[in-house]
Amino acid sequence: MKRLALPGVLLVALAALALEDAPPSKPIPTPPPRAGAGGGEEHPEVPPPPFSEGIFPCSGCHADMKVNRTRRPLTEMHDDITLRHDEEHRWCLDCHDANDRDWLHLASGERVPFEESYRLCGQCHGEKLRDWRAGVHGRRTGDWNGHKRYLLCAHCHNPHKPRFQALEPKPAPLPPRRPGSEP
Amino acid sequence: MKHLPVMNQAADPGESACSRRQFASIAAAAAAGFLLTACGPRRLREMPKARLRQALDEMEREYAAKRGMAVQVADTPPMPDVLFGYALDLSRCIGCRRCVYACVEENNLSRDPQLHWIRVLQMEKEKGVDFRHADPYYAPAEVPEEGHFYVPVACQQCRNAPCVKTCPTGATWMEPDGIVVIDYDWCIGCRCCMAACPYGARHFNWAEPRIPAGELNPATHYLGNRPRPNGVVEKCTFCIQRVRKGRYPACVEVCPVGARKFGNLLDKDSEIRYIIENKRVLVLKQELNTLPKFFYFYAT
Repeated sequence: MKRLALPGVLLVALAALALEDAPPSKPIPTPPPRAGAGGGEEHPEVPPPPFSEGIFPCSGCHADMKVNRTRRPLTEMHDDITLRHDEEHRWCLDCHDANDRDWLHLASGERVPFEESYRLCGQCHGEKLRDWRAGVHGRRTGDWNGHKRYLLCAHCHNPHKPRFQALEPKPAPLPPRRPGSEP
Repeated sequence: MKHLPVMNQAADPGESACSRRQFASIAAAAAAGFLLTACGPRRLREMPKARLRQALDEMEREYAAKRGMAVQVADTPPMPDVLFGYALDLSRCIGCRRCVYACVEENNLSRDPQLHWIRVLQMEKEKGVDFRHADPYYAPAEVPEEGHFYVPVACQQCRNAPCVKTCPTGATWMEPDGIVVIDYDWCIGCRCCMAACPYGARHFNWAEPRIPAGELNPATHYLGNRPRPNGVVEKCTFCIQRVRKGRYPACVEVCPVGARKFGNLLDKDSEIRYIIENKRVLVLKQELNTLPKFFYFYAT
């Protein structure tokens, strides 16, 4: 019964939301990630975005270049990037801002700094963003009851090829042997 | 012939009775036992604070002399209103065993003979969580392997812990913050706890533990990672030396996929409570009613 009832409830809720007199499409301010247990007011620390060496600021090269909005394979620069991230539907300028090269932008057009790239990722991966804010998706270091260090999405997932890369495992445990016997 | 009925009674398997002589000898033995226990060495947990510190200072001197380096043995007490819980995301773990070796280094586990508190079991997706088909010895060039998932198993920190119930000397118990600990000085090495543990989480030092010089972690806790002698049982303590100071366990910090989550079960804003309230959560061998505080979950 519950299973059947749930979509219905959701539909009603969605309808109610849609009917509600929505304020004009102002970007919703994003609260900083929750600090979680105990610590409360203190914001978790996020390390700087993982840029390739010497690549940032992008305006270093792009400032004097004419913007070419045509979708095309890149040949002169950035040809080391293979897009494996819904590549049929997206390309560079869907995330990178064409007018201000040192920024990203959301689907709404709102500019987002690289330090807050999680807002960009969260447009599609909303449930991951929610879990990340709660401290459940992604690695946490520091104190369980105080100052926590978060990572940005891009620290673990290459934004152009986000699937987590396979790793070489550490050595398997030794099988048991009798004490005193030769290994 | 007055005692004859008594003899008959004693022979009757349904009745229990004992002669005056038997009673006297049992009573004497009990009294001797009590005296020995009361006057002899005391469990570290029963010592008054000052005496405990003294004992720990002695330990520090012993370890320093033996290892040729300064070793701290802390007695950090449990925090009030804290019950530790752990959650591991089975949908994320890739079986890379980084946690296994971070644990070895943090907790001063013997390198030779090899001891691991964490055992990562490789299982087949087709078969689900099934210990009969679990393989801890997988060694491909890269993980994760197609069609497999990984279940790291360490101490499940049961609230209804069979190991604690079975220990004949009271050398293992659950602390107020939920960590099941061992007093290595009271462990007699009978390994009853190992037989009782349904998770294979307890490990015995069959020989003198060996840690190469310079690899000892000198920040220790007397109920956790202080160097162990030969012939005692040891196991995961949620990194008691770290978590009682507010830090995450070593395995949580090292996990490259962020599959390991840790926190206070009594704090409704903690990560661990969020997981229990919002994700699909399971415990291993639930039917045994051990009530683990180590949860497995699927974030996706």
